[in-house]
Amino acid sequence: MTATGTTRVPAIEGWFTTGEDGSSPALLGSRCTVCGTYAFPAEQSFCRNPDCTSTVFDTVELSRRGRIWSYTDARYQPPPPYVAADPYVPFCLAAVELAAEKLVVMGQVVPGVTVDDLTVGDEVELVIDTLYSEDDTDYLVWKWRPFSGATGAAAAPGSSDGEALT
Amino acid sequence: MSVSNDNDNDKKVAVLGAGMHEWGKWGRPFVEYGLAAARDALADAGLGWRDMQFVSGADTIRNGYPGFVSGATFAQALGWTGARVSSVYAACASGAVAIANARAQILAGLCDVALVVGADTTPKGFFAPVGGGDRKDDPDWLRFHLMGATNPTYFGLYARRRMDRFGATEEDFAQVKVKNARHGLANPYARYRKEVTVDEVLASPMVADPLRLLEICATSDGGAALVLASMDFARRHAGGADPLVTIDAVSTVTPTFPNTVIEMPNFSTDSAAAIAPAGGPDAQNGNAQNGAAAAVAAGFRPSIATAAYAEAGIGPEDVSLAEVYDLSSALELDWYEDIGLCGEGEAEKLLRDGATTIGGRVPVNPSGGLSCFGEAIPAQAIAQVCECVWQLRGSATGHQVEGARVAVTANQGLFGHGSSVLLSR
Repeated sequence: MTATGTTRVPAIEGWFTTGEDGSSPALLGSRCTVCGTYAFPAEQSFCRNPDCTSTVFDTVELSRRGRIWSYTDARYQPPPPYVAADPYVPFCLAAVELAAEKLVVMGQVVPGVTVDDLTVGDEVELVIDTLYSEDDTDYLVWKWRPFSGATGAAAAPGSSDGEALT
Repeated sequence: MSVSNDNDNDKKVAVLGAGMHEWGKWGRPFVEYGLAAARDALADAGLGWRDMQFVSGADTIRNGYPGFVSGATFAQALGWTGARVSSVYAACASGAVAIANARAQILAGLCDVALVVGADTTPKGFFAPVGGGDRKDDPDWLRFHLMGATNPTYFGLYARRRMDRFGATEEDFAQVKVKNARHGLANPYARYRKEVTVDEVLASPMVADPLRLLEICATSDGGAALVLASMDFARRHAGGADPLVTIDAVSTVTPTFPNTVIEMPNFSTDSAAAIAPAGGPDAQNGNAQNGAAAAVAAGFRPSIATAAYAEAGIGPEDVSLAEVYDLSSALELDWYEDIGLCGEGEAEKLLRDGATTIGGRVPVNPSGGLSCFGEAIPAQAIAQVCECVWQLRGSATGHQVEGARVAVTANQGLFGHGSSVLLSR
């Protein structure tokens, strides 16, 4: 998809790393320096914990793998500001539970995956993909991709690599 | 009986009048629908507009500035009288908050009688973010832009979760639609008055798997209004009203942190890393996989009606009927559990047993629900209450729940506005 000379930029700044430098991509969340509460997208000025008045937050990479809390798809073209391909191609959405952060994050599932390929509890991993292209620019976003880890450990709940990221 | 209007609940207000404009899709100004509903409610109460000491508007974001100050807009349309006025927006819960404001004025003794009005006019198709331009600080704009996550996709997530956890089937979801379509047949205010079969539902196009077109709430025009009064005023001015219907509790709660169920328009849930979700055995074991599941039992939606029951001093076992927000067919099943009609995972059985059909133990959405109305956002929570009023009076011709004594509504507004109203006669 990426032609020579095409610019690749995040569709939104500061929400994820793209892995363009060879590292693994990740969502960027916040972690409260006082109580440890995570948030995505990152909170800059308040902690959602009602017992915490912290105003200082670390930016952290969230777990790259998680388990599907639930999933669905979008058979009809969403209205703007969604920028749809022409012709429109339906996509799946997944809400994914991250064990270390104890939160659920939504995102599109990579193209080519249908709801028949998904099950609640399946392990998925974060990838960066093109959301839409305009002129010579690809706008990038995070998506979830079914994880087919070869190791048996991948099948165990709570075994995602989130702990290592904090 | 604990729920009679002679009990010691000193937070009751009387419903003297209820009025609605038919739901539909005409694209006319919202004021027109609200005005028609208000005049019907006033006539129903046997009172004039000049008798209203307070007017409480539920705002719409669809019609420009007049919609943002709906209380004054309705008051101007009725003719300014110098009444005290309030305008409030709380997404789908706007109507309930407008009711709560009027009730608070009455219970505080600041006024004796108040008019509550909500009305909307809606665009065709999916609800999309209001206004143009890039709004990269607005999660409602961003969820469309970055994920293409329309409202039905969130409903699809909840529906799939029910299938996975409780063995709900596509046929169960279709049966909810079939039931509500039948309930709404004789309701003169319903937009859709047509029976459907399970086969027809299952043959309708998939929108957000596993939900199909006939199972997802449409967007509608409509208006609803209530005349509320103090119990003293009701005794003096409506002594003959029989039975006198009262609002016994109004719940307008927020979620409790951490809310571990994904909600529109958010990208993520709260994190339970610092504080475990309230309730549920899995909440304490530190397993996020199960922690989020436990929170379904003790999360935001269940807390909404629970707060109303607690305020009125009654329980779900006292309820004769319920009007709940069936944004999708599957979501109605979630509400059965959330308002305490059955235990978690038992909603499908309740439906299959016919308990929630008119003639059953506790009919749900005897009006036909959003399934037959579509959603007119600021009017909908008020319309739920109008239906309960007519049911409790025994005047819901063609869709009456016989002997109804207590009714509950439940609803949830975007960003965390709970809404539940308890009524009795």
